[in-house]
Parts: sequence; structure tokens; C-alpha cells
Amino acid sequence: MPSLPDMNTPEVAELARMQGAHAHPPVPAPDAGEQALFECLLRIGDSTLVLGHRVSEWCGHSPALEEDIALANVALDLIGQTQNWLALAAEVEGQDRSADDLAYLRDAWDFRNLLLVERPNGDFGHTLMRQFLFDAWHHEFLKGAAASTDPRVAEIAAKAAKEVAYHLERTSDLIVRLGDGTAESHRRMAAAVEALWSYTGEMFLADAKDAEIAARGILPDPASLREPWLATVGAVFAEATLALPDSAFAHKGGKQGIHTEHLGYILAEMQFLQRAYPGASW
Amino acid sequence: MAAPSIAQVWDWLAEVPDPEIPVLSLTDLGIIRDVAWQDDTLVVKVTPTYSGCPATSIINLDIETALRGHGIDKLRLERQMSPPWTTDWITPEGRDKLRGYGIAPPVDGTAADGVLAGRIARLGGHNLTIACPRCGSTNTEKISQFGSTPCKASYRCKDCLEPFDYFKCL
Repeated sequence: MPSLPDMNTPEVAELARMQGAHAHPPVPAPDAGEQALFECLLRIGDSTLVLGHRVSEWCGHSPALEEDIALANVALDLIGQTQNWLALAAEVEGQDRSADDLAYLRDAWDFRNLLLVERPNGDFGHTLMRQFLFDAWHHEFLKGAAASTDPRVAEIAAKAAKEVAYHLERTSDLIVRLGDGTAESHRRMAAAVEALWSYTGEMFLADAKDAEIAARGILPDPASLREPWLATVGAVFAEATLALPDSAFAHKGGKQGIHTEHLGYILAEMQFLQRAYPGASW
Repeated sequence: MAAPSIAQVWDWLAEVPDPEIPVLSLTDLGIIRDVAWQDDTLVVKVTPTYSGCPATSIINLDIETALRGHGIDKLRLERQMSPPWTTDWITPEGRDKLRGYGIAPPVDGTAADGVLAGRIARLGGHNLTIACPRCGSTNTEKISQFGSTPCKASYRCKDCLEPFDYFKCL
């Protein structure tokens, strides 16, 4: 009976090395400043991409036709904004990749989205709560980014801010209506707050890359967004008769590429076509 | 052949319909930001309405088809993001056409600016007054912030009972 091949032979090691080289063709590293900007653009672009995909999962399944259309419209806005952010990220990276390459041909560990946006949809109330917590942050983030020292960032943010103002008005409205609705709707909204709150802290945590980009005036300092965010969330929760949690515990890692298992499933569905039929187009 | 004048090109663009709301032309919509000759190449600057508007690529295709049909061979379309498009740029004629088509035109100065404006308006009972494009009644109500396209909201007339689209202010 033939023995199993020795996995440590030089041939096998060489094969593994070549496969590794194939998966990640060596590219010259961009300078540190551009690298930080690239990463920070992925953080926003991947967050809008993953949330846009999550929200689009509702298409055809919402509790009312109007809500189905509204969710699809919000997803569309987010995907459109993604196209702008990832196209700029690709331009900054300077490695001849397109926005589509970044969206469809990276694996989970290369994604830089917030953990909040990859949370599963849950029920309709849960989806709305996730959206509201994100919208309230997104709105502040874009207001800051619209004043960016980088005109390319400023123009994308100024456009997106007008769209996100509508997202935030809609979710604020619905959080109030459902939080201060029936006993059942209140129970579900309160459960959503409880389940999602620990994923909000990551939005305000800065690492060295965030700090560098904020110091250059390109994007707002994440920590500076906490107070206005909390003011919005607090005002809406008060009207919605929902309690504001006082826990400061925060799950983190998404912005550095450490994700929950949910992201892999999203990518499996989102990237299937380009993985199975590389280069396929309309 | 002498190059067509810029005014002539604007006239041609005024005949290109918006693919989603064909009663409006691209110039009614205010998304053509500039037309200029650069040497022998015509450069048309177009601004997107919404970041994710699926009509954007169709609009570019329609512009290209129309201008090539008028004999313009060297043509370049550029996307201009800034300043961001606003419904304030929809022309008065465009607003009349919208109304005639059954879509209530935007009420200027009422764009969303986030949570507080909406909540304060609602708490004070100051809901935006939108006139029904069919019967003209202002006894209308909002059904949804988002309608059949990203640029529209759904309303209902409480007098003639017809639902209608409102082209929301952006």
C-alpha cells in the first residue's frame, strides 16, 4: 500500500509557496500615508457595501409593500455610495483594481466594515434598529467628511449626506412608532437595542490609521462623533419609550479585518457570480 | 462640416428624455452641468441625481446615442459630483411637466436634514403640504418616504383618494 506523501518535502513546500504567490501577487507597498487613507476608505466603503447587501436581503420579504420599496431604496443608496467610496479607495491604492474588484474579489479578512452592519437581519424591528443606530452615526460621519481637506472625499460625502438625511428621518420615525407602539412592538424594539448595543461602540474607536487620517483633516475623528450620535439616539429613544443602555462594552475588530462568522456567508452570496464566472458582465 | 454651436448642443440635449420619467428632458432635470468644445472633442459634464440611481448609465448611453445621431463623433462624457445635484435645478417647465404627468413637483427648501427637522415638524403638526397633482387638493398624506424610485416619495390624496408620487426635495 503506497504511503501518504510527506507533506514536508521541498516540492510540497514549493507548491504551497507558489499557490500563495498566486493568491496574492506581490505588489509594491504604497507609502504609509496612502495606505492609511486606503484603509479608512475601505472602512466606510465596506460598511455601506455590507449593510446595503444586508438590507437588500429584505427585497420581496418586507411586512408591507411600502416598506419593501423603502428598504430596497435605502440599499440602492448605500450601494451607490459604496461605488463612489471603493472607486476612490482603488484610485488611492493605485494597483489597477476597480471598485468591483474590491467588492467581489477580496476575502473576509480583507474587509474593513463595522461589525454592526454584518449582524443578521433578525425581524423587521431588529433590521430597523440596526439601520437607525448606523444612520445616526453615518449622518454625523458624512457631515464631518463633507468638510474634508481632500476634495475627492468631500464631494462623495456631500452627496451621500443628502441621501442619508432621508434614511435617518425614516428610521427615527419608525423607531418612535414601533418603540411607542403596541406591547409586542415595544418588546421587539427593546430586544433589538439589547442585542445590538454592544456593536455600536466600534464606530467611535480610533486606531493609528484613523488618528492619522483625522489629523490630516481627511475624515472626522471617530471619537468626536460619539456625543452627537448619542444626542440623536437619546432623543429618539426618549420619544420611543426605549431605555438607553449604560453599558460601554464594545465588540471590535471589524475595522482591522477580524469579523464574525456572518460576513463569510454574506460574501459567499454576494461574490458567487464573480467567483464562479470571473469577469462576467451585463 | 463646421462644429455645431454649444447652443445647438443644448437644444439637442433638451430633447433627450430622462429614462425613468420620460416627460422630463435631461436639461429639465438639471443634470447637464456643462457643455464645451475641447479642441475637436465635445465634453459634456453630467451630475448623478442619487449616488445609486440605476438610470445613470442609461442616461449616459442616451446622451451618447443622441449626440452621435447628430453627427458628433468625438465625444467625452464626464461625471461631475460637485456641487451635488439638487431638485432646485429642476426647471419651472420641468415642474409643470411633472405635475401634468401625475407627479407632484418638489417643494424647494424642504430637503431632509436629518432627524431633528423631521421630528420637530411632526411634533408641531407641520407636515409638508403637498398638492395632489390630479385634483389639486392639499388634503394629502405621506404613505412612505421612499417611492417607486429613490427620488420619489409615496403620497395619497384624501379627497380624490388617488395615490401619487411626490418628487422629493433633495
